[in-house]
Amino acid sequence: MTAVVVTGLRKSYGEHEALKGIEFTINRGEVFGLLGPNGAGKTTTVEILEGYRNRDAGDVQVLDVDPQHSGSAWRERIGVMLQSSSLYPNLTVRESLRVFAGYYARPRGADEVIEIVELGEKADARVRTLSGGQQRRLDLGLALVGDPELVFLDEPTTGFDPGARRSAWQTIRNLRELGKTVLLTTHYLDEAAQLADRVAVLRGGVIVREGAPAELTGGVVETEIRYRRNGGEVVERTHEPTQRLQELTAEAIARGEELEELEVRRPTLEDVYLELTSE
Amino acid sequence: MRLFLHELRTEQVLFWRNREAAFFTFFLPVIFFLVFGSIYGNDRISGIRGAAFLEAGMIGYGVASTAFAGLAITMVIRRESGVLKRIRSTPLPPWTYLVSVLVSTFITFLIEAVILILLGRLLFSVGLPSRPLSLLAALVIGAAAFAALGLGLTGLVRSAEGSSAVVNFVYLPMAIISGTFFSPEKYPDFLRAIADVLPLTYFTKLTRDIVVSHDHIWSQGGAIAVVVVWGAIGLVAAIRGFRWQPREG
Repeated sequence: MTAVVVTGLRKSYGEHEALKGIEFTINRGEVFGLLGPNGAGKTTTVEILEGYRNRDAGDVQVLDVDPQHSGSAWRERIGVMLQSSSLYPNLTVRESLRVFAGYYARPRGADEVIEIVELGEKADARVRTLSGGQQRRLDLGLALVGDPELVFLDEPTTGFDPGARRSAWQTIRNLRELGKTVLLTTHYLDEAAQLADRVAVLRGGVIVREGAPAELTGGVVETEIRYRRNGGEVVERTHEPTQRLQELTAEAIARGEELEELEVRRPTLEDVYLELTSE
Repeated sequence: MRLFLHELRTEQVLFWRNREAAFFTFFLPVIFFLVFGSIYGNDRISGIRGAAFLEAGMIGYGVASTAFAGLAITMVIRRESGVLKRIRSTPLPPWTYLVSVLVSTFITFLIEAVILILLGRLLFSVGLPSRPLSLLAALVIGAAAFAALGLGLTGLVRSAEGSSAVVNFVYLPMAIISGTFFSPEKYPDFLRAIADVLPLTYFTKLTRDIVVSHDHIWSQGGAIAVVVVWGAIGLVAAIRGFRWQPREG
């Protein structure tokens, strides 16, 4: 069962090619991370999927509907959290949720959503009195109040302090338990690694890698072997660390030497990401 | 219909909760009526009592501040903060939303007109309008035309910060030149020339003739035509320039 199928998606703004033919599939119930630096094409992709923008070429199916030809019935089934906060400052948290709940045929109750996004203490506070993190959580709540099958979260924790980020992550994990499909965009690698079942890394309008966060490291970056010899540092990179280590150690033993400060380092996710997204 | 009533109620709550905006768009004409009415309510302006002149003028000022200025500023702020974009992602149909906003604006304006008329009767002994249906029709036409102009203006305003500056720059001089506070008869020629093309001049005249001179609305074809033409210009500008999404980057 697929929630989203994207093939050959292209989009240009004037001369600038924002998306150069990307493909990916999101399964139902999956948390899918679209990862990449600013300007990589994440928001363009998401806005095409949400129905805000028309594509130049390619095929897009979101919940078996082409967003370019979607209507109210389709919008009953999706929830959208935009990159920037968009709320009514003079309503309370509960009122805001009731206003948006009124737009849907089968909404979730306001109090239930307040519980999901952990705003119980602020339920009757005016939105303008909330902290930035609390406003984002309400924003997330508004995306959930229609009880959607698929939720779009565009950079949900940008600008958060570490504590607020961890609490937002927990909320997003709760979504998975509710059986929601989630498309999450982020430029934070740790966020994608923490939350996503699968990740696509976008750079310059192209998907440069796709897979489970742990798989991203496999085969991309060479393993690094460092040691000192004759007072100088030697750094080697290899795809075959086992073979290479055997050779190095055999040679050193044959010479009766120690490989000083020998260090074998597997690339971290961070290294992979930086390598993938650097120009 | 359920969605329309839900959104209409929401719009009314949002309007009255925003005290600053409610003050400038709703209460300011009422306050001006009380202040200027006590200053020159008993003088004669253009051959009628000052208070009666001012009552119709403040209804005109009220349509400019609620349907034109207030609506334009609100919609620019909602557009730039992403509220309009957010609403487009919900099942609420865009037309239901816009009609709710417009009807809510009209209700606000109608309440304001009723308050002005009652205050005129109670404090300044201005007679109640003898042709309520003509007056209601005039208020509907005027509110629709100025709302169209207000929505058209949103396309020309780039940022939320600039919205009240741009809108006030347009509407405050318009309100004064159009003879809502004073009779344009004593204006210098160039101001009268401007007043002669502004829609608010004609809406105020229409209202004044119905309230003070007991005219039937259909005897005011010329004034209605000017207001409707301006409304049509606003509608074209709104169709071309109204956006749901904030400005990029």
